[in-house]
Amino acid sequence: MGASGEIDVRLDRVSKRFADTTAVDDLTLEVERGEFFSLLGPSGCGKTTTLRMIGGFEEPTEGTIELGGRDVTDLPPYRRDVNTVFQSYALFPHLTVFENVAFGLRRKKVSKAEVDRRVKESLVLVDLPGYERRKPSQLSGGQQQRVAVARALVNQPKLLLLDEPLGALDLKLRKQMQLELKRIQQEVGITFLYVTHDQEEAMTMSNRLAVMRHGKIEQIGAPEEVYDSPATEFVAGFLGASNLLEGEVKEVAGGIARVLVDGGAVLRVPEARMHGRGVSRVRVGVRPEKIRLVADEGEASSARNSVTGTLRVATYIGVSHQFTVDGPGGRTLTVYQQNMGTDPIPAPGSGVRLEWEPEHTFAVRPSEPLAEWEEEQ
Amino acid sequence: MFFFLVPMVTMLSLSLQTCNQVTLACHLTWSWSNFPDQIRQYHSQFANSLVYGSLATAIDLAVSYPLAYWIAFYGGRRKNFFLLMLLLPFFVSFVIRTLTWSFILADQGLVLGTLKRIHLLPGSFHVLASGTAVVAGIAYNYLPFTALPLYVALERIDRRVVEAAGDLYASRIAVFTRVILPLTIPGIFASFLLTFVPAIGDYVNAAILGGTNNYMIGNVIQDSFLVYSNYSAASALSAILMAVALIGIFAYARVLGGRTIEEYI
Ligand SMILES: Nc1ncnc2c1ncn2[C@@H]1O[C@H](COP(=O)(O)OP(=O)(O)O)[C@@H](O)[C@H]1O
Ligand SMILES: [Mg+2]
Repeated sequence: MGASGEIDVRLDRVSKRFADTTAVDDLTLEVERGEFFSLLGPSGCGKTTTLRMIGGFEEPTEGTIELGGRDVTDLPPYRRDVNTVFQSYALFPHLTVFENVAFGLRRKKVSKAEVDRRVKESLVLVDLPGYERRKPSQLSGGQQQRVAVARALVNQPKLLLLDEPLGALDLKLRKQMQLELKRIQQEVGITFLYVTHDQEEAMTMSNRLAVMRHGKIEQIGAPEEVYDSPATEFVAGFLGASNLLEGEVKEVAGGIARVLVDGGAVLRVPEARMHGRGVSRVRVGVRPEKIRLVADEGEASSARNSVTGTLRVATYIGVSHQFTVDGPGGRTLTVYQQNMGTDPIPAPGSGVRLEWEPEHTFAVRPSEPLAEWEEEQ
Repeated sequence: MFFFLVPMVTMLSLSLQTCNQVTLACHLTWSWSNFPDQIRQYHSQFANSLVYGSLATAIDLAVSYPLAYWIAFYGGRRKNFFLLMLLLPFFVSFVIRTLTWSFILADQGLVLGTLKRIHLLPGSFHVLASGTAVVAGIAYNYLPFTALPLYVALERIDRRVVEAAGDLYASRIAVFTRVILPLTIPGIFASFLLTFVPAIGDYVNAAILGGTNNYMIGNVIQDSFLVYSNYSAASALSAILMAVALIGIFAYARVLGGRTIEEYI
């Protein structure tokens, strides 16, 4: 199920300060009903804090939070039509799977027969029927994860908050649970607000995502949009490998900007992909898989962007070739090229030309240099 | 195991011997009659032990739980400081501590003497030499044994589990009764054992705060050993005390519902 256009979650200029840190900094965000929306960012950027404020576990220092059009800023968690799947699950260790899932219904004094029916239904939904009598300690990580999802969904909330729900699982199980969660979301059709630091996970699962850094949102958009036209240097780097060249905007005409990059070439950038318009110094980028690498001979096609450089390393990884090229202005560029088995591979040390379509070019706003703790991400 | 078994076996065999009270020579006579004889003779001290021990344990649990709860959940960065404050009085020797209380609460001592002088209390009022004083003394002296296991149990509860309960519509009371209390049952059990077992065997509090009318079985055992040198009687009493403690423990474990402790952890 896709978005409906109706706003389900609205954060208006929300900030959260702890004693010595600003965890969330003047954040404004709208999530539509039925959306699978992700908050993506390195650890410590304020994702959990944002989610906890929406869940009601943390009070914003400033700003308001609306759910379904109602201001809930001051309401405790149990007065909000929201349930949470916690980081590391937080199942009740002393209760069986059945009682874990039934917990919310019992607090709401739902009749015994209905508790029975709805718990069974939820366990079927997460593909765990027959596990009712087990204790959480007798389940694998993936099964505990499913119980946590069932325990939240059984209450039929309007909004489900998930905080890195797959963080503790190994890669294979992670992939499987990603599909599973996506299926569940489509089946129940409620809004999922999903927190992760894994860009691939956010891109595969979300309708839209927000990239966060230092408590602020750097960009909001559909995965393709954010990947293909990143707004900032940080987003460009966080969502995958990218090649950035610095340059000077020379002219903007007919929806196309011409940028003279340091070291010579003039690159064309669609105006719609010029983030941070109005500045003259910009960083122009292109994703490695959009580039075609050829030997530097003959005329470059004038319809394409192209730069020349020296091939440093050629790595063969089966499905593709990966090239590292010393480009203009001393910048290192990366190229992924599908292994078609037809193109000749230039020798390292030789001159090469990199070509790509102007519409695959973007320009980003500069970000402050990455802090050390971010680089390991 | 060795250090546990040797005194046990020695004690049990002593309790079945007959001793010459002058030469102190003992020989095994399988005198089972030691047991009923001792119970008959000292049943009121047995009763005192059980009543005082149970009351003191109950008081300790009732006082420690909120205290430990508060430190574990609201202690913040000063948790260790609060724990230290709780334990500080207990760095002083057990006997000295109890003696200090007997001075403070003496009939004409610091507190009662002053209150009597300004006629807030009748001249005949006394605290010492009463069962209440013994229970209070035991409760005071064993408080750390109750508070610490409870604190550990409360401290190790995952805060997100508590939040999850709130997220699932549990009121504050329901969070406590449905999540926190069940998760601390092993801690309560440990606290109970560590307090109740030494409390029923205690003799210092009764000797110092209780006067002669409130003897507990520990006092009888001590007198038999040290004053009358009646080793077999003393051993028999100890064995009975141990049996009572064990029965109490098993009864308590049954009340827990036949579930094993591990299931709660
Ligand atoms: N209860 C708290 N007290 C103090 N600082 C906190 C608290 N919770 C989070 N922070 C700080 O706020 C920042 C954001 O944390 P968090 O929201 O957990 O980030 P993320 O989930 O993106 O990893 C971090 O610098 C963290 O140390
Ligand atoms: Mg987090």
